[in-house]
Amino acid sequence: MTAQAISLRPAVSGPVQPRFTFAKVALIAGAALLALLWLVPLLWALDTSLKPEPETTRTPITWFPIDPTSAAYRSVLEQGSILRWFLNSTIVAVLVTALTLLVSVLAAYGFSRTTFPGRKVLFGLLVAGILVPPQVLIVPLFAEMTTLRLVDTYWGVVLPQVVAPVMVFVLKKFFDGVPRDYEDAARVDGANRLRIVWSVMVPMSRPILGAVAIFTFIGAWNNFLWPFIVTTDPSMMTIPVGLANVQGSYGLRYAQIMASAVLGGLPLLIIYGLFQRHVIRGVGDAGVKG
Amino acid sequence: MAVQTSPRTPTGSSSTSTASPRTPTGQPWTEKWGGLLFVAPFLVLFGFFLLWPTLSGLWNSFFNKSLAGVGGEFLGLANWREVFHDPAVWSSLKNTLVFTAMSTPPLVLTALVMALLANRTGVFGWFLRFAYFAPFVLPATVVTLIWVWIYQPGFGLVNGLLTSAGFAEIDWLNTENRAMLAVVITTVWWTVGFNFLLYLAALQGIPEHLYEAAAIDGAGDRQKLFRITLPLLSRTTGLIVVLQLVASLKIFDQIYLMTVGGPNFSTRPIIQYIYESGFTSYRIGYASAISYLFFVVIVIVSIAQFKLFSGRKEDLR
Repeated sequence: MTAQAISLRPAVSGPVQPRFTFAKVALIAGAALLALLWLVPLLWALDTSLKPEPETTRTPITWFPIDPTSAAYRSVLEQGSILRWFLNSTIVAVLVTALTLLVSVLAAYGFSRTTFPGRKVLFGLLVAGILVPPQVLIVPLFAEMTTLRLVDTYWGVVLPQVVAPVMVFVLKKFFDGVPRDYEDAARVDGANRLRIVWSVMVPMSRPILGAVAIFTFIGAWNNFLWPFIVTTDPSMMTIPVGLANVQGSYGLRYAQIMASAVLGGLPLLIIYGLFQRHVIRGVGDAGVKG
Repeated sequence: MAVQTSPRTPTGSSSTSTASPRTPTGQPWTEKWGGLLFVAPFLVLFGFFLLWPTLSGLWNSFFNKSLAGVGGEFLGLANWREVFHDPAVWSSLKNTLVFTAMSTPPLVLTALVMALLANRTGVFGWFLRFAYFAPFVLPATVVTLIWVWIYQPGFGLVNGLLTSAGFAEIDWLNTENRAMLAVVITTVWWTVGFNFLLYLAALQGIPEHLYEAAAIDGAGDRQKLFRITLPLLSRTTGLIVVLQLVASLKIFDQIYLMTVGGPNFSTRPIIQYIYESGFTSYRIGYASAISYLFFVVIVIVSIAQFKLFSGRKEDLR
C-alpha cells in the first residue's frame, strides 16, 4: 500500500516539482526547528549540570561549559538520598504495574466472559469510578491511610494506584472482541478458566497489555501528588517527591540542581527510547485514559 | 493479599461439576458465582481505595472533622455554606479555569502541527517523534526544576536571551501577570506530546487511497490537507479537546512546584486550596466539601468525554 503511494507521487507531482521541493524543504526545516526548540530545555539542563558551579551564574550566559566537570553529579550521588529515591520509585512502579496488570486482567475477564449475580451493577459502579478524579480523594484517602497505618509505607503509596477502572474498562472491551472459539478449544482440552486467561486471553492481547504496562509504569514512576501526600519520611519518598525538596536544600547551586534533574529524568527517557514504538502504538490503541 | 482469593492451583477450580455443592436450580456453585472470584481482587481494592474515600469524603463534608481528631461534631450544611461564601474557593477555581482556557488551545494546535510535520517514516520521523514526546515521560519535578532554572532572573536562559536582544528582564514566576503564562508555556512543552501521539495515530488511520484518488484528480498538497486530512481529523480534535479540558482542570503539580500558587495567590489552583485546607489547616470536613464542588465540575466535563469516548474506535480506525 505504501509502496504504491510512493510510486504514484512523482508522476503526479511532476509539473509542480520546483515549488513542491521548496515547500518540502521548508516543512522539514520547520519540523526540525520545532524539534530543536523542544530539545533545548533538556540540553540546557544537561549543559548546566556539566558546568562548574561559578560558571552557571555567569552573565552573559555561556552555551557550552568552558571547563566541563562531573563534580555536580559526584556531589549529588555522594549525598546518597537520590539513590534511595531511585530504589523507592523502582519498587513502587514495579509493584503498581504488576498488580494493576494482574488485578485488571482478571477483572476484565470476569466482566467479559463470566456471569454472576450483580455483574451489571458492579460494572456500572466501575464505570462510575472512572469519573472520580484521584485528586478529589486525597483528603479522605489520607485519613483512611492514617487509620490503616499505611502512611510512609510502600503499600500506602502503591495500593490506591492499583485501582485503575479505566484499564479494566479498556481490557474488557478488548476481551469482548476476542473470538470465543479459542476458549472453547482450550476448554475441550480440559483447561479451567484461570488457565484460559493465562494461556488464551493474555497471549492474544499482548500488544494492549504492553501498552497498559508501559503507561502504568510511567504513570506510577511520575506520580507526584499521592506519594507527596502519603510520604513524609525522606527515606520513603519517590524520585518526583524527593526532588521537590532539592531546590531548597541545594540553595543556589544550579549545577547540582540540574544534575539531579538529569538523573531523575534519565531512566524514563531511556525506557521511552527503548519502547518508543510500543508507546506510540499504545496511545493510538488504548492511551486514552484521561 | 486480596489477589490470593482466586484459586491459583490447577485443581482449585477445574473439578467443579462433581465436587461443588449445587444451587437449588441444580447449577454448580462455581458456574453461578465463580465469575465473581475473577473480579473480587479488583473489587476489594476498588472498594477500599476508591469507593470508601468517595463516600467518606461526602460524609465528612457534613462534620467538623480535623485530621488529628476522631469524629467531630455534626455541622449540617455549614461547610457547604462556607464553600460558597469563601472568596479563596472562587479565586482558586477561577485560576484553574484561566489555566484551562490558556493551556487548551496551544496544547491542541501545537499537537496538530507537530503530527502533520512528523507523519513520515524513516530516521527523521523517528527523531521528530522522540523530540516531541520525550518531555511527556519526565516527572513533574524534573520538568519544573529545569523550567524554574530557565526562567531564573539574572542568569536563566530566557532572561539571558531577552537581555542580549535588548529587552528588559522579567522575573517570570514572581510577577502576577506573567507567572500563569510561564506555567502554561512549561505545561505545553511538557504534555503536548500526548495529544501529538493521538493526532499521529489518527493521521495514520486515514486510508492512503483517499490521497491517491485526490492526486489522480489533480489535487495539490494544500487541497489534500484542507479537503481530506483536516476534515477527517475533526472527531479526533473533539476528543482531544475534551480530554485536554479534563486534564487541565486537574492542574496542581506544575503550579505548586513552580510558584506554590503565588505571587499573591494569583496562580493557586483549586486542588492546592483543597490540599491546604486539608493538610495545612487540618480541616478535613471543609476540604472534603471543596473537593466535592470540584468533583461536580469534573463530572460535567467527563460526561461529555464519555459520549465521545464511546465512538472513538471507529474514528481512529
